[in-house]
Amino acid sequence: MKRLATLLAASCVAATVAQAAAQMPTAPIFAWPFGTNTLQPDDARKPGSDYMSPATQAMQRDDTQNPAMLWVANGEAQWSAATGAANKSCASCHGEAKASMRGAAAKFPRFSQAAGRVITLSEQINQCRKDKLKAATLKPESEDLLAMEAYVGMQSRAYPMSPSPDEQTRQSAARGQKLFTTRIGQLNLSCAQCHDDNAGKKLAGALIPQGHANAYPIYRLEWQGVGSLQRRLRNCMSGVRAEVPPYGAPDLVDLEAYLALRAKGMSLETPGVRP
Amino acid sequence: MARALIHMPASAKAGDIIEIRALIAHPMETGFRPGSDGKPAPRDIIRRFTCEYAGKQVITAELHPAMSANPYLAFFVRATATGKLTFTWQGDNGFAQAEERELKVTS
Amino acid sequence: MTTRRQLIAAIPLLALVRPAAATPAEMASAIAAYTGNAPLAPGGISIDIAQLIDNGNAVPITIRVESPMTEQDHVTDIAIFNEKNPLPDVVRFKLTAHSGKAEVATRIRLATSQKLTAIARTSDGKWRQRTVDVIVTLAACVEGEEM
Repeated sequence: MKRLATLLAASCVAATVAQAAAQMPTAPIFAWPFGTNTLQPDDARKPGSDYMSPATQAMQRDDTQNPAMLWVANGEAQWSAATGAANKSCASCHGEAKASMRGAAAKFPRFSQAAGRVITLSEQINQCRKDKLKAATLKPESEDLLAMEAYVGMQSRAYPMSPSPDEQTRQSAARGQKLFTTRIGQLNLSCAQCHDDNAGKKLAGALIPQGHANAYPIYRLEWQGVGSLQRRLRNCMSGVRAEVPPYGAPDLVDLEAYLALRAKGMSLETPGVRP
Repeated sequence: MARALIHMPASAKAGDIIEIRALIAHPMETGFRPGSDGKPAPRDIIRRFTCEYAGKQVITAELHPAMSANPYLAFFVRATATGKLTFTWQGDNGFAQAEERELKVTS
Repeated sequence: MTTRRQLIAAIPLLALVRPAAATPAEMASAIAAYTGNAPLAPGGISIDIAQLIDNGNAVPITIRVESPMTEQDHVTDIAIFNEKNPLPDVVRFKLTAHSGKAEVATRIRLATSQKLTAIARTSDGKWRQRTVDVIVTLAACVEGEEM
């Protein structure tokens, strides 16, 4: 009840004229451009970062300010750390991540012969750990797994989202599209109703983005930490008071596959910052 | 050891004023947030940050719960002579961490 | 004896039962305590902060104080106070002439839309202040527990 009151208060306040001081200064030290993408000039798609305030954009754009860099640093350390019964590290097979992982994150989810199904990047990381490093897998949404996702994902920064064209992944994306347009929960809403039909409008004072998954894992200010796309999806499902599937559930993988297709050609921004 | 990132130039000219950005992983639990049992999770924050350069204190900060998680501090230092910069963080539950960086100063 | 002990033991618990938010009066008295009730001049100090804040959990803020930052004339203290978080304090910096520039930036938590005040002290013992009004938006869909 208190949360509802706060939300109502926030939407009332958001309608008030601001009186605050100047904008954030620009020109950070280690900036990178949001990147080239393969969109046509008349493409109406916008990444979530477009909807953010300049201050939050600066937080993402500047590696010296981006809090997700703490997770990236963790992932970088893990990359070269020998672990497991095989006493190998990721670097043992993949060498320098900057070279070998370029474009990798942009091509997930995709069908895996070894797994016999469509898998996500974090599932691939765990698969490598289990099969090649003979190491224990990392728990879904654990700090170490998110760190690896962030580090590997960052190597594809500014790379266009390139969903796999293999048949299994296409079918997974088709299932995901059906889920995206199906109403769920006590609020009886589908993803499409907010993110396709009402993007750019406000929900309780917060701007609704188009919901393109091109920056994951993200440092979400609301979480005060880094989280995966699946966490965000479960968050939304909880928001419409629907039953929330567990991490790794087929529905979540299918949604990831659809979202990758939906964002095809958009520039990867991992690790993103979002409100 | 919490993960910490320090951004600063490796070298500077004497008299240059350089910017230092320090980021450290820490939940900065305020002590007001209700846990899953409804009771406030106990406060657990970084309370103090210091930066010393060539043995002299440059800046200190006293942090309160209103500082964001994974605290980020940006400040300036005047480069005088080549030397070591020491950064320390101290907090609740015996949290203590130090990082060092070398600054080369040319005339 | 037992009753007194029980009462004394209860004091920290009472201290935990804080009001959900501080008040403008609490911020004013916190500032007065910090400055020793000194007069606060309005110029030579600026606050850089977004007009409309995406999320109150991590709000970037920069405080700049005009000063030559020499041994004879420099900023010694910069502090930020708020009026509607549970506590009026946010952060207190102590600077020296070695800082070179009296500018600090950080990210703070704001529970709701409110006024923020930055206070600075210079080596001659004088104080400056600047206040801004910020609007904070909250996330629409809240995560449940045990996500």
